[in-house]
Amino acid sequence: MAFLKAFGSYLPERIVTNAEIGARVGCDAEWIRNVSGIDERRFARDDESVTDLALRAATDCLERAKVHASELGMILVASGSWERQFPGPAASVANRLGLDSTPCLDMPMASAGSLFGISLASRLCASLGPILVIGAEKMSKVVEREPMERGVAILFGDGAGACLVHPSDGFARIVDCGLYSDGAYAEDLKLPFSSPLEMNGRSVILQASRKIPRAIATLLEQHRRRAADVGVFLMHQANQNLIARVAQALEVAEDKFYSNIKKFGNTSSASMLIAAAEWSTTNELAPGETLCFAAFGAGFHWGALLAEGSA
Amino acid sequence: MDKRKQILEIIRAVAGKEPTVAPDESLFDSGVLDSFGLQDLVTGLEKSFGVKIPDSDLTPRKFDSIERIEEYLEEHGK
Repeated sequence: MAFLKAFGSYLPERIVTNAEIGARVGCDAEWIRNVSGIDERRFARDDESVTDLALRAATDCLERAKVHASELGMILVASGSWERQFPGPAASVANRLGLDSTPCLDMPMASAGSLFGISLASRLCASLGPILVIGAEKMSKVVEREPMERGVAILFGDGAGACLVHPSDGFARIVDCGLYSDGAYAEDLKLPFSSPLEMNGRSVILQASRKIPRAIATLLEQHRRRAADVGVFLMHQANQNLIARVAQALEVAEDKFYSNIKKFGNTSSASMLIAAAEWSTTNELAPGETLCFAAFGAGFHWGALLAEGSA
Repeated sequence: MDKRKQILEIIRAVAGKEPTVAPDESLFDSGVLDSFGLQDLVTGLEKSFGVKIPDSDLTPRKFDSIERIEEYLEEHGK
């Protein structure tokens, strides 16, 4: 058994509007809104690292969960924009939480990283204890690599999200997950070490539009649930138009998909948990009600996870 | 119905406008379809021609022009 205990998040203070980013890549604010649903995003300060962002989200999550860092059995950190090749941010986050021997694992995954992290944690927490899953990204440094590319620059923002997966206590029991990967598309979305992010947007949209709803539908069917009965969908905030497509494919209202992409843009592996943290501040899952996570990203990796409100 | 006519009808329905594009011209670079329109185009082709297009065939290049769509359908016996 595994439970979702709490979420947490951190967004840097600096707001970057469509007008500001558009001026740098030669497009207007309205066009950005139309193609992505994004109005603004946050950029971290130069002296804020991925570890800094991750730590702030971790602290927020632990405070909301009323769990002390010393109780953690493991920390998982997903990030596709980590500043160096190794070591990754996980051990540094643990160190700054005051831990000196808790096992940590870095997941060098972009958009689907948090989903894979929660899924992994749900299988490990019975033996290791509570696991803190973090997605943290400083995409501004990726976006600003020259030459800046319009289709990439308008989408991304910085931020971090966290989720505490607990073996015996939480507001929702994790029911099951379905995870998938297909390396045939590895070249369609990639971030080389020092050159700009390369994205075949058409391929990403085409595959994501099919694979996300299918992953959700398959999982729901396996557990004899209907999309219409899901209380909330918390999906990777990639593009509002994609979220709308997924809702349409599942034949559910778009507003069942919680969205904050308008304010924060696409924060890659952090976005699903940032959305979850914001959703959880003003919403509750009723006992038995279904929550559905879904994500898709570079790899391609994709999948869905179901949780059910605790009694 | 003539295959090309049928393809043009699907493109017209997806684009919401008359597709003024040469048969070998890119539907995307010419602005007839956007990235999301491609998914609708594929769904339309599956329904109209009774063909199941697997994920592995879902590359923009295969559906980039009217001629390429015709080629794909011919390869799949349609």
